[in-house]
Amino acid sequence: MTPPVLNLSMLELAGALARREISSVEATRACLNRIEAVDARVKAFLRIDAEGALAAAKASDDRRRAGAALGPLDGVPVAVKDIFLTEGVETTAGSKILAGFIPPYDATVVKLLKGAGLPILGKLNQDEFAMGSSTESSAFFPTHNPWDLSRTPGGSSGGSAAAVAAREIFGALGTDTGGSIRQPAALTNTVGLKPTYGRVSRFGVIAFASSLDQVGPITRSVVDAAALLQILAVHDPRDSTSSNAAAPDYLSEIEGGVSGMRLGVPREYFVPGMDPQVEQAVRRAASDLERMGAKLVDVSLPHTRYALAAYYLIAPAEASANLARYDGVRYGLRAPAPGGLREMYLQTRAAGFGPEVKRRIMLGTYALSAGYYDAYYLKAQKVRTLIREDFLRAFEKVDAIISATSPVAAFKLGEKVDDPLAMYLMDVLTLPCNLAGLPGLSVPCGFAAGNLPIGLQILGRPFDEGRVLRIGRAFEREHDFAERAPAL
Amino acid sequence: MTSIMSASEYQPVIGLEVHAQLLTRSKIFCGCSTRFGALPNHNTCPVCLGLPGVLPTLNQRVVEFAIRAGLALGCTIRLTSVWSRKNYFYPDLPKGYQITQYDLPICEGGRLAIEAGKESREIRIRRIHMEEDAGKSIHDGASGHSLVDLNRAGVPLLEIVSEPDLRSSDEAAQYLKELREVLVYLEINDGNMEEGSFRCDANVSVMRKGATALGVRTELKNMNSFRFVRQAIDYELARQIDLLERGQTVVQETRLWDPQRGETRPMRSKEEAHDYRYFPEPDLPPLEISQSLVDAVARSLPELPQAKARRFQARYGLPAYDVKILCAERPLADFFEACARLYTDYKKLSNWFLGELLRLRNEEGGGFPLKFRPEQLAALLVRVDRGEISANAAKDVLGTMFRTGEDPASIIQTRGLGQISDTAVIEAAVEQALAEHPAEAERYRAGKKQVFGFFVGQVMKAMKGKGNPALINEVLKKKLG
Repeated sequence: MTPPVLNLSMLELAGALARREISSVEATRACLNRIEAVDARVKAFLRIDAEGALAAAKASDDRRRAGAALGPLDGVPVAVKDIFLTEGVETTAGSKILAGFIPPYDATVVKLLKGAGLPILGKLNQDEFAMGSSTESSAFFPTHNPWDLSRTPGGSSGGSAAAVAAREIFGALGTDTGGSIRQPAALTNTVGLKPTYGRVSRFGVIAFASSLDQVGPITRSVVDAAALLQILAVHDPRDSTSSNAAAPDYLSEIEGGVSGMRLGVPREYFVPGMDPQVEQAVRRAASDLERMGAKLVDVSLPHTRYALAAYYLIAPAEASANLARYDGVRYGLRAPAPGGLREMYLQTRAAGFGPEVKRRIMLGTYALSAGYYDAYYLKAQKVRTLIREDFLRAFEKVDAIISATSPVAAFKLGEKVDDPLAMYLMDVLTLPCNLAGLPGLSVPCGFAAGNLPIGLQILGRPFDEGRVLRIGRAFEREHDFAERAPAL
Repeated sequence: MTSIMSASEYQPVIGLEVHAQLLTRSKIFCGCSTRFGALPNHNTCPVCLGLPGVLPTLNQRVVEFAIRAGLALGCTIRLTSVWSRKNYFYPDLPKGYQITQYDLPICEGGRLAIEAGKESREIRIRRIHMEEDAGKSIHDGASGHSLVDLNRAGVPLLEIVSEPDLRSSDEAAQYLKELREVLVYLEINDGNMEEGSFRCDANVSVMRKGATALGVRTELKNMNSFRFVRQAIDYELARQIDLLERGQTVVQETRLWDPQRGETRPMRSKEEAHDYRYFPEPDLPPLEISQSLVDAVARSLPELPQAKARRFQARYGLPAYDVKILCAERPLADFFEACARLYTDYKKLSNWFLGELLRLRNEEGGGFPLKFRPEQLAALLVRVDRGEISANAAKDVLGTMFRTGEDPASIIQTRGLGQISDTAVIEAAVEQALAEHPAEAERYRAGKKQVFGFFVGQVMKAMKGKGNPALINEVLKKKLG
């Protein structure tokens, strides 16, 4: 039986903390007990920092008693994907090559969470270096979907989504390079937001594909996602791609509804191989929104079919350079190599990286090689421009675009591990958004047979997170999906 | 190796790539100090160590320095330039890639004049770009370990690439000297080849005279002095000509200069050459520069050495040799000009600079800023002109000024170096000498004019060497009749 406190949303808990109905230490202990009870089955956490979290919770309670709470979420426990550097707490990005790496500094977003008073309970499992859609490429163990433990929670931020869905934690941070926040959110009945590229700092986030990576929240409600984004959406001088634009107050208009909004439904996003139950749920969600006052508009994003190919050139190309620093010289794994430098490099990287990471390093290295660069990398960048233009053209006619987040519901662990292409197809609906740098939200919109969650994706104009959240909130308010918890 | 005859049938074709460390206080992509000589790995932070998660942020000072160099060398400044990653593995390259500029560098299409024989020739500059330096690997033969010092990792560099316009090792050395002078004048580089803050690689090939196609080139590395640049290029030219004369071909490769053996040795062939897999750096947006920044930098440019030399020749009427030396260093030229405002015998002033001042600096070390002021040097030279101090004594005085900055008047006084020009005192000394040596005086008057020198010596001796020689001559002549 889940203690009732754990079913609260972040903002509900914040209210309870403000009214002194519960202390942060009590909430944190409740999470730790819940982790103790269920995480052996869910396996969302790679590392738990009980001591650090309890100390932060106590400090929060002290502040509250002194009437000096740091912000609306002061004292609300969260956890972060293992891709975020946490000072003094081992950080591996799900890779053996970083096993034992203790960062000397906090990622900007971790600093922001701490600065807002949120205790950080630990580090969440993920696909190795965020390369995957199921957490099965984690070097340590796969995470299980709390809705069906034989299935994947999605990925790469699968640990974050599973922990939030299993009520082990109130909210979490993930990263999204091609869908890694939204897809696991869809598969676990949680809310996942990928902000506009540049909205949230990437400093201290272990890089996968620098031009696509973006940090965002995974929560159990749209308002929680907005409240967390409010903390994160700050210009960071240490990230040259971080936006200077001041963030609006995301909560102020979140209850404004969808009346009069024009929502695009892209015909290219109903793809072959899509689970009919998913399609049905998404079409039903669209007509629900229409009933709430939105106008549905048929739009076309004609270059969508090239997105997957472009993505799998650009992302691995950037990754092949980003992962070159894991060479055994300064930190992380160094394989014994009596034969000298070259052997040390080869042995270290052979032993330290898993098969999916190696596959992408090879793909990317190839795409950037002399004689291939123009045909692959450069061409992919041109496709990327076309995809962005598709979206911007559509946004002249509509305020946001809605689709399924994932073409299927949670699949069985092991089902796709030997078929990388089938796994890559899991991102087909989410990755165009990263290529275009847009904000994207996934909200729960139903269940397929076997009680498997389905997600609705809402894409917005650059820096229009406010509207995307407002649409998600309007939908959430009319349904009870957010209140449904998995039986564990 | 090769006879002079066959060598003269070939045209050397040489292009140089210079890497110049910029004199910014902090590194190009983080706030770490660039100071040379710190303890190993002391000037480092997560960014320049290439820790996971770090991102580069550009030091704007580097951009300003690059524009300075570009404008001074007549380049076009690109208002939008692009950062790229150059990928290769080496332990002293923390990220596994170097952030540099590739197809869209900040400066393109400049030139630099060199003296080629009697005439001046313009060497075209293809491009200048900004990049980060790597660290240093130290190979400890005794332990078999290699150690890495990342203090230098992230120090800003300009890479300045010439067109293959140079025709001899002399021209190459000339170009390097002129280029170094310009960069030092701009106060963006310290010009130190031994410490590696001004480094050079050379692309060398030969073609038969009259041929239109360029020969196969080799790239020479590890030349950390002007002498080595000359020797390495000469060796390489001879080696290539020899190969061609023997009907063999030159292989495109990178070769290392070995100063001990005085030869170049292959380092890696074209096949082994790195594929650097350049691509645009996603962590840094394209660099946008405003025209107003370029204009502001242009206004702040100092007078450059070649222009200064022309002006010195015209303004001070000095020989070309003097001017070249005076203008080779901006502080030296500035000090000369400050003195020339106070002391107008420019040639004499120049002689003191070239003879004494530079000698003192070479022998005693130190240099600019000098410990003494232009007024003090001018005052000293005026005293020499007035005969208040001998030229030899003035050299000693200048030495003391150079070391301590003490005022010449007080040095002269405390050390009693002033010349005695009091006619009465000199007359008394002359009278005494004549009285003591009547026989010699008679011989002089009888026509033995050589005896004059004897009397000068006697008077000087009596005056302990401080008598004004001109006055002694004058008085002696009068008294001897």
